[in-house]
This record gives sequence, C-alpha cells and structure tokens, in this order.
Amino acid sequence: MKIKCFGIAKDITSTETLNIKDHAIVTVSDLRQWLMTNYEAFANVKSCMVAVNQEYANDNLEISDLDEIAIIPPVAGG
Amino acid sequence: MDNKIDILISPKLLSIDRCYDFVVNEGCGGICLFVGTVRNRNKNEDVTHLEFEAYKEMAVKEMNKIAEECHLKFKAKKVAIHHRTGVVSITEKAVIIAVSTIHRKNAFLACEYAIDRLKESVPIWKKEYLENGSYWVNARP
Repeated sequence: MKIKCFGIAKDITSTETLNIKDHAIVTVSDLRQWLMTNYEAFANVKSCMVAVNQEYANDNLEISDLDEIAIIPPVAGG
Repeated sequence: MDNKIDILISPKLLSIDRCYDFVVNEGCGGICLFVGTVRNRNKNEDVTHLEFEAYKEMAVKEMNKIAEECHLKFKAKKVAIHHRTGVVSITEKAVIIAVSTIHRKNAFLACEYAIDRLKESVPIWKKEYLENGSYWVNARP
C-alpha cells in the first residue's frame, strides 16, 4: 500500500510516498505500529493522525491497497 | 460550483480584494476579514521566513467543511478561505478568511471560528526558518 507523507513525516521517512508491502497491516492501528517499528524517530513526534481517502480515520478502520492513505503530523496552518 | 464558498490554496500572493469581492453582496451589512501574516519573531528567536506544505486535496475538503459550518452556525452568506503554500516572507499573508453576514456580530464570530478550526483540522504544515536552522511547527512534544 502507498502512504503519503507530509511535513515532519516526510523528513522522517525521506520520501513523499512510502510503499509498504506487509500483509499484517489490516487497520489504521496496524499501520501506526508498523511506522513506529520501522522509523524510531516517530517516537519523538507528537501523535500523528492518519487520513484514509482524505478523511481523518479511527484506529480500527480497515485499510487496503485501494485506499488513499496519508500520515498527518500535527497541523500548523494559518 | 457552490457560489457561497471560495476556497483557494496557492503558492502565489494572496489577495484581500479577491476575498472581499467574493463575499460582498447586497443582503449583507457586515463583512469581517481575518488576515494571518508572517511575523519576524517567535519564541524569542528571529524568524527569516516560513514554508507551508499542504495535502491539497484534503485541505480543500476540510476548508469547505469549515465554510459550511460558518453558514450553518452563524448564518454566513458567503465565505472565502485562502491559504498560501511554499515560501512565505515576513509580512506576507499566509491566510485570509472573509465572511459576510446580515449583521456584524455573526461576521466576527464566524471569522474567529473559521481560523480556529483551520488551525485545528486543515492538513497544512509550517516550517519555521531561523538564522541557524529550521523546524516543523507543532511537531515535537
């Protein structure tokens, strides 16, 4: 599945789009866990949201390769 | 195209006139504009400039939701929300919110509500550049 990265998440992963091949990722919560395991620097960042199909998603939402998924670090517009 | 709402995310200079001209209408006696500009100091450090990044498609959706809430909660007739992206210099406009209502009070309330909500929910990020480095605002605990 492809994961869009913005702001500090883009700096941590060094890419705008993460390409993850891990069938153990079923829910948003699994994705969060995968990110923490694979990129320790997320431990030093305030909690990120995850957006699925351009809407903020709950941890128990199921995700698939067909979804547009993004890591949303704490926003700072305005 | 909903002619009650004008949303823009752009790397170009924002225009107060464009926002005002969108919201002005013959049924409204009050127009409130909020302009967020880039200042030169933050947390006792000199800021050289900011850089904004947006998840544009989602940010437009979230900004539309906020504008719709202004219509529902404050009876706003028209709402414009414009936000800059890319490098933004000191004193330049980072965001403009314009709201028109029949009477002034709801225009003030809607404008404040809109900027507060924007800062909470719209997926836009700001990198602050100082003399000796840069950092993503709000990102660290």
